[in-house]
Amino acid sequence: MTSQTLIGQEVKRVEDAALITGRGQYVDDLQLPGLLHISLVRSPYGHALIKEIDVSDAANADGVTAVFTGADLQDQLGSLPAGWVLENMAQPEHPPLAYEKVRYVGDAVAAVVADSPAAAIDAAALVEVDYEPLESVVDAEKATADDAPQLHEDTPSNKAFEWQVGAGDYAEAAANAEVVVKERIVNQRLIPNPMETRGIMADYNGGTEQLTIWTSTQIPHLVRLLFSLVTGHPEHKVRVVAPDVGGGFGCKLYLYAEEVICGIIAKQLERPVKWIESRSENYIATTHGRDHIADAEICGTRDGVITGLKIHVYANLGAYLSTFAPAIPTILFGLMLNGCYKFENLDCSVTGVMTNTTPVDAYRGAGRPEATYVVERMMDRYCHEIGRDVIAVRRRNFLRPFKRGSTVAVGVTYDSGNYQGALGKALEMFDYQGFRDEQRAARAKGRLIGVGFSTYIEICGMAPSAVAGSLGAGAGLWESSTVRVHPTGTVTVFTGTSPHGQGHETTLSQITASRLGIPMTNIEVVHGDTERHQFGTGTFGSRSLAVGGQALMMSLSKVVEKAKKIAAHEMGVDAKQVVFEDGVFYVEDIREREMPWGDVALSAYWAKNLPPGLEPGLEAVSFFDPDNFTWPFGTHIALVEIDEATGETSLLRYIAVDDVGNVINPMIVDGMVHGGIAQGVGQALKEGAVYSDDGQLLTGSMMDYAVPTAEDFPTFETARTVTPTPVNDLGAKGAGETGTIAASPAVVNAAVDALKHLGVRHLNMPLSSEKMWRTIKEAKAARRAERSANARRGK
Amino acid sequence: MNHQIRVTVNGVEHTAEVSPRTLLTSLLRDILSLTGTHVGCDTSSCGACTVLLNGKAAKSCTIFAVQADGAEVTTVEGLATNGDYHPIQEAFRERHGLQCGFCTPGMMITAVQILERNPSPSEAEIRSGLRGNLCRCTGYHNIVEAVKYASELSGGK
Repeated sequence: MTSQTLIGQEVKRVEDAALITGRGQYVDDLQLPGLLHISLVRSPYGHALIKEIDVSDAANADGVTAVFTGADLQDQLGSLPAGWVLENMAQPEHPPLAYEKVRYVGDAVAAVVADSPAAAIDAAALVEVDYEPLESVVDAEKATADDAPQLHEDTPSNKAFEWQVGAGDYAEAAANAEVVVKERIVNQRLIPNPMETRGIMADYNGGTEQLTIWTSTQIPHLVRLLFSLVTGHPEHKVRVVAPDVGGGFGCKLYLYAEEVICGIIAKQLERPVKWIESRSENYIATTHGRDHIADAEICGTRDGVITGLKIHVYANLGAYLSTFAPAIPTILFGLMLNGCYKFENLDCSVTGVMTNTTPVDAYRGAGRPEATYVVERMMDRYCHEIGRDVIAVRRRNFLRPFKRGSTVAVGVTYDSGNYQGALGKALEMFDYQGFRDEQRAARAKGRLIGVGFSTYIEICGMAPSAVAGSLGAGAGLWESSTVRVHPTGTVTVFTGTSPHGQGHETTLSQITASRLGIPMTNIEVVHGDTERHQFGTGTFGSRSLAVGGQALMMSLSKVVEKAKKIAAHEMGVDAKQVVFEDGVFYVEDIREREMPWGDVALSAYWAKNLPPGLEPGLEAVSFFDPDNFTWPFGTHIALVEIDEATGETSLLRYIAVDDVGNVINPMIVDGMVHGGIAQGVGQALKEGAVYSDDGQLLTGSMMDYAVPTAEDFPTFETARTVTPTPVNDLGAKGAGETGTIAASPAVVNAAVDALKHLGVRHLNMPLSSEKMWRTIKEAKAARRAERSANARRGK
Repeated sequence: MNHQIRVTVNGVEHTAEVSPRTLLTSLLRDILSLTGTHVGCDTSSCGACTVLLNGKAAKSCTIFAVQADGAEVTTVEGLATNGDYHPIQEAFRERHGLQCGFCTPGMMITAVQILERNPSPSEAEIRSGLRGNLCRCTGYHNIVEAVKYASELSGGK
């Protein structure tokens, strides 16, 4: 590192110049000559047999080039695979265009290709599909009942898998415990809602057999690999480009049916085609998140020592298994259940269930918010049961601070942690005792205010490939980089990560500029194009810096080492004597003999005076496979007020102390924390997908599904503690998901705290005004009834 | 039957033949190739398509192109003058008011109107003024900070 380091500086983003002037290039901004447009005909039924499809009117409509049904393309489209395969898991067929049966509202059955988007949409309405409706099931628990309709022939009782993880002996711990608390905790289904919907453009050259797919994705290389495996079109003849991507949050992390459909139709017609998802379509055709029904039990002593946790989850997977779906409610959920705590007994079982709903996969946090919600909610339930303070009990059960590895009961080894430190810092920002006094005074005046805590950990830095592979991953999860130094000394960095708002161009430029001592304006970061960069894994699971950043560090070290040899040769000294600092190579202790970075780069390419045996050029490629995940943590505090008259819950303050290890750009990290908090608070207070029993999505537009607005939040108060990870040289753990993971339990704990004196012990999200109004009314009625019963008994 | 319309966009007068159902977004994006204005929903909820229509912020996905006949439209491409950022652009960059950038053009246009109506808005007024524009990345925190900063840059307090 040089003395002029940009590491840790609030450098303004290099991405912004294009994005604030309207020069962004999202998929729908791209054009090609002769472009055709696709509209998809989708099932209006949750579950039905396709008896017949009549496309004749559509095919004859103005501007229509072709109409394809599932039966037409069945042989070419293949079946979309689950990319993560658990033991004894059912793997039902997933045709991109359904041809015999539809299994959710939104399942695509035909594709109309026309010369304008309007003509395609008009003609799609003329496709006549004769359906024979079948009974639907949308609830994961009900779908496992003996008399429930079965979605897939090879998936009896709709159970895709049963998965377990455990430690110690929970049954014995519970039998010996002074206190056992049980609760059913629902983590409702969410709809991710990136502001840019999905979109795809595909082009095929029959002469070269080269197929290019531009798609709004987080994983261009995995899309190419999976597309090739599914369709048989050779991988080296497919190029996938992720241009500017308008948010992802996990829902652009898969091979989607439409990517296959557009690619195959472009190939079939030898014409470029484009499909842009409408927002209403996005609600039914893009994956959803969460949707757990958890039966939880926590046990411990009367004085606050937790001894065990037991959880069974019905995880709703939707109608088909999406690419990462099996990993989300299992590995990313079960391995998180120890939280920051040292209890030794855990019994976790998960039933993955197919239902007549949109497929469920990762949504920001992906499994970890569900786990944190259960753990932190049960922590508060337990505290209330034993009548002890939620902070004192958390402190009593925390793992001790550690810098290099701590193995917890569930069997994973956390990298580094100081949970007391983060909690301590949060309590410096918030006067807890003062609040308790205020709360008592407020209650006396009829005001309902409460505070909630969430002391969380998460699994990030996806992922050590061997570990992930042993747990079911169908691909390595390492990351790659190339550093290409040009003859003038400017640098192009290629990364296999694929940002969609995270500011990688800025952050990776900061790292590169600091290491090479050159200005950021001399660095270009390239991502999201399989033709420009070799294989990479993409951006998800807060991995891009912890894994991709380290891959970049390795390539930078390699070019510096080679440049040192060249500089040493030019200066006539041994490479061991050469120091590289602030962009200058010099001989140790003799500053007169020095070569600037640009001169060495030129020398590498001019090659007239290279050391014997050294290849010309200055470029390095690296692949980094971490030996562990990273484990960020922190303490979030929410303060809420509930209006008894309307039931409205308002967020008064939100304090977040996160420890994501070392930070490259605090401005960018804070921004991601803010966004995560908003999504977590959104889940707690407003958001929730609702299906009717027959499989209709009742929250199918932005008018029905409550995406939070600026008015829903106060200014967030954020701070950090810094516990570097030993897993990578940057010491960075990853920061993309902390807010979403921590916020929902903090807010619900606060709301329960506000109503605790009324006897309320748990509330299921979202905390809608109606729900809260009824809860308060019923709780007060119950207390009145109890008092009068007591009074009668007293007589 | 198509209609001939005349619209001034970012100070440049254009004539175009449009069908009755062509939306203003489509005129801007598909006919005039001004793709900075985005479409994020189909229910006038998200505000990504917000432009200034005769000086007032309007959701261009809900206006027919023929309704803009004779109008003056400002899009994100028209905010900067002679290569200098508009204060709202400067503020969004300086205060990290954007991440993925998709909502940003509509968000900035709405912010311009907030500040035109009230050069020194309170935080509550800013949040209220932004409620017709959705962002999923920032939690609105830094968008609000950017609007405050733009107010300072423009001489408000």
